Order: sequence, then C-alpha cells, then structure tokens
Amino acid sequence: MEDIKAQIESALPGVRLDILPNDSPSGQRSLLVGNAHALAVARFLRDAPDLRFDYCSNVTGVDWPDAELTGKVKVKMLLDGVEKEFEEVKKTVRPGFLEAVYHLYSMEKKHGPVILRLRTGNRTDDNHLPSLTPVWRSCEFQEREIFDLFGIVFDGHPDLRRILMWEGFKDFPMRKDYVEPDDYEYEPTAHDEVLAKARRQFPPEAKA
Amino acid sequence: MSAAAAIPSQHWELVPKREGDGELLEVAMGPHHPSTHGVFRMDVVLDGERVVKLKPVFGYLHRNHEKIAESTSYLGSMPYTDRLDYFCSLTNNWAYALAVEKLTGLQVPERADYLRVITAELTRLQNHACLVGFLLQDMGASGTPLMYAFREREKILDLFESLTGARMMCNYMRFGGCRCDLPPGWLEQAKKVVDETPRFLDEFERFLTDNEILMARTQHVGVLRRDLAINAGVTGPMLRASGVNYDLRKVDRYGIYDRFQFRVPLGDHGDTYDRYMIRVLEMRESVKILQQALAAIPEGPIIDPKSKLRGLRPKTGEVYARIEAPKGELGFYLISDGGPKPYRYRVRPPSLVNLTVLEDMCLGHLVADVVVILGSVDIVMGEVDR
Repeated sequence: MEDIKAQIESALPGVRLDILPNDSPSGQRSLLVGNAHALAVARFLRDAPDLRFDYCSNVTGVDWPDAELTGKVKVKMLLDGVEKEFEEVKKTVRPGFLEAVYHLYSMEKKHGPVILRLRTGNRTDDNHLPSLTPVWRSCEFQEREIFDLFGIVFDGHPDLRRILMWEGFKDFPMRKDYVEPDDYEYEPTAHDEVLAKARRQFPPEAKA
Repeated sequence: MSAAAAIPSQHWELVPKREGDGELLEVAMGPHHPSTHGVFRMDVVLDGERVVKLKPVFGYLHRNHEKIAESTSYLGSMPYTDRLDYFCSLTNNWAYALAVEKLTGLQVPERADYLRVITAELTRLQNHACLVGFLLQDMGASGTPLMYAFREREKILDLFESLTGARMMCNYMRFGGCRCDLPPGWLEQAKKVVDETPRFLDEFERFLTDNEILMARTQHVGVLRRDLAINAGVTGPMLRASGVNYDLRKVDRYGIYDRFQFRVPLGDHGDTYDRYMIRVLEMRESVKILQQALAAIPEGPIIDPKSKLRGLRPKTGEVYARIEAPKGELGFYLISDGGPKPYRYRVRPPSLVNLTVLEDMCLGHLVADVVVILGSVDIVMGEVDR
C-alpha cells in the first residue's frame, strides 16, 4: 500500500493521498484520494504497467452523519507548582460527509484489492464527486445506485438517473437519517392507535 | 425521450428510408414478459427489426435488502441472503459467512470447509443446468430441455432438503462453520447423484451441442469483446466465455479450493454459443471437484468453537470478501462500528454488473436475439434489484 502510494505520488505531483487504517483482522486498508485528482489517479492505477488495476469490482457509498468523537488528550498542567500530566476527555464534532468506495483488482496481474475512497464536502449541498465511469464501465450502474440511494452526484457520469427507486422519488433511502414515509396500506381495525393513524393519514375534512 | 421526436419534423422527408417503414419504433419489453426471467424491462428502440438502442430498467423487486440488513444483527441477515439469488442460496450464504469470518477472524474447521465446497458445487451444477434449460426455452424449445434440467435439479434439491431442511432457501452456513452435520446416508446418496451427472450431461449435449437450430441462433450472436468484458467488470462464466482466465476459485483460493484438481474452461469467440458451452464444461469440472471432495471429506467438528450465534460484535473495521458464485463474483462489503449491527452492509451483485454490457451485445441484432442474449447473461432479478 505504501508502495502504491509512493508510485502515484511520483507520477502525479500535487496529489492528495492518505492511507486509512483498518483495525479488523482483515487488514484491508484504503486510500483516501482528493477529489481534484481522482480521475487521474484512477487512470494511473489502470494503465501503469506494473499495477494494471483493470477491473473495478465493487463500488458503494457510505453515509457518515455528524458525529461526536471522544478522544483522550494529554494535558500538562501546573499543580501546586509541580508540572503534572493529566488525561482529559475532549469532545469534537466531526462534520458529516458521504463517501464512495471503489474496490480495484487486476485481472491481468491477479492481485488486489486496492481500495479507493472519495469524500464529499458535506451531506447537503456539497455532494458532488467525479465519476470514474469513464475509466471503468463497471461503475456505471453502481454509481447510479449510489446516486439513487445516497444522493451523491457524480460529475461526468454518462447517464445519471435513478436506478432502483422510481423517478420522482425525493429522498435517499440508504442514508442513516432516512425516515420511512407513513403511507402503508392497512386494515382499519378498531384499535385506538390505528384509528388515530387513519385520521392523521386521511383527515376527515379531506374526504368531502 | 421519444426517438422519433429527436428528428425535426420539417425535415421529415429528408430522413433516409430505413428498413421497415422508416420510423423508429420504441418497444417496452417487459416488465411482464416470459423471456425476462422475472420483473425486468428493456426499453428497446427498433429500426425495423434491428435494435438501435436498449436501456435496461429495473427496480421492480427492490426491497432495500441493504437497509434491512443494517437494522438487524449480523446473523439476522443470513436467511435474507438466501433470497438474493434464489437459485443459489448456498453460495450466497458462503459469501456472507466468508465476509464476517474475515471481519472477526474466525477459523473454519476442515469438515465445514468440505461441506461448503460440496454444497456450493452442487449449487453450481443445478444453476448451470437450469440456465441452459431456460436459454433453450427462450429460443423456443418449449419445455423439453428445461424439464430435462429440472429433473436433474430435483435430485440435487432433494439432497439439499435432507441436509438443510429446505429445498431452495437453505440458510445453512454460520459464521465459522455450518449449521448441522450430514444426516446418515447422505454422502452415499450424493455420490450416486454426482456419478450419474456425466451421463445426464452426455445426453444433454447429444441433443444440444451439435444442434443446428441452437448453432444458428447463438453463434456470432451477442459477441462480447475481451477488453470490454474486463472494463465493464463482467465476471463468471460470461467473462470466461470471452477468453479471460479469471476464476476466483483459482485466483483467491478461498476455502479449500487449492486442494482440488480442476481446469478453468475458456471460450474464444465470446458469443452466446460460447456462453452456453462454458456452462456445460463448468458442470463437468464441478463434477470432478465433487468427486474429489466427497471422497476426501474428513470427520471432525463443523463449527469454530469461538463462534457465537448471538451478540456477535466484531471490532471496528471493514472488509470486502468475494467468492465465485455460479453467476459471477459475489462480494459482501461490511463496515463494523463495534456494535451488534453492521454499520454498512453491501452486496456486490454479479447479475447487475453483468447487465452493464447488455446494450453493447444487443446493438444491431434482431429483436428475437435480444431474448437469447439476455438468457445467456444468466440474471436473477432477486439479486439485480435486491
């Protein structure tokens, strides 16, 4: 992984790359790529003669809402004239973002995976990412699915439409804060909560 | 967008005469059509009988499997994976179990690995046999080849039923092993079924492989080029019919596939006939694997003693695990945040990604060939729509 990072950095100066750790026994670490250079990095990974990641297997989105992170910070303080070290619990708010994850393999060299991650600025208006469909056709339907279910807009995608939900659907069902609409059909049994729900759904004055 | 509307009406007479009456015709094939293997629509633009544009439309069976799995425990979505590709529930189980095992570090005992290989290869046998039957059905060979395939599938489903209690929705594998051991007499029965399969294949091939109608309908129909197949992420028998040697049983060697002797059949035209032939050849290789596995299966435990059924909480982290399912690469991507439910659960469906090239394969062919080409892709809508 460090090796691949060094190769990309030497070929494409000015590119922003970070290796993200993975603590689980699988140990699959991933490469966070800056959005401005994502397309160039993808092309390099596909075409570099000793890498040849010609096969983009899995493309998916992940939703990370605003989260409160608690971390322990060591603070030095003067206590009775003696400098001592204390641990202080510090809370920081991590602003939310959406993430697209690409799993790359090589059919020619039979190695992999290399995992690329792209992140949007936030979850509302700054939700654009460069599309990698021009590099790998296999992203076509999977990026459409992310657009459909997560609401990431892929710039440069040839045919970005909803794929699983119907056209005209407003929300993004795979986001963590998605609330199911209260529009199920039900049998109006004479239970108080059912009747209350029925009145909410179909107000009596609306019938007339 | 209507294709006819794209031509400005004042220049209507300047449009060159085409086959047919000169107009493009838009046809919605499906969602309810006998050839679409479920609820699937193709918006086809036709010039006469030639296809000039084809857009697949799906989502009719969408139930957001991923969201449901993210709101239940890790084990809770194991039965749900059966319903993805409802022809191959055991390989779906295996892919999911493999992902969780990689995430938690569980070790699978040897006997359980053998059981997984045996059930997965039996699944491949019945899936490929039925696919060939359905393909012939789409070509108009109404019923008979499909019933031949179903007769064989029935024997395998009986084996599944006596092992797992269910014929199709098996729900058999668990994290770190399998749910239950073999019932008495199962191995002998399985050996008998497997040993009879080559005879069935010979019979099947005698009717089909040199059949003039089959050759006329499939040769040079729906050719998929090798470089496009790789770039579009096509996997499974479809990829190998285009001549790419990429079988995860050989590449990843997951489970214990490195212990068995088998070959990976490759095609070199990438047409529908090759895709048919690859499946027949793969069935013969599966028989070889099964014979070796059934002879060598050891005694022992079938589940890792460290495996917990309830309250599984993997450490924070993520994993992508994949297997060679009968339809292609089936992958599961999981992110754990340390809780009892997966934070992110994603299925990489082979059927969906293989449909990417459907338009490229169909352009310029007759509308009757679209049915055959779609039949050779091998899709199951439960997996495409999830």
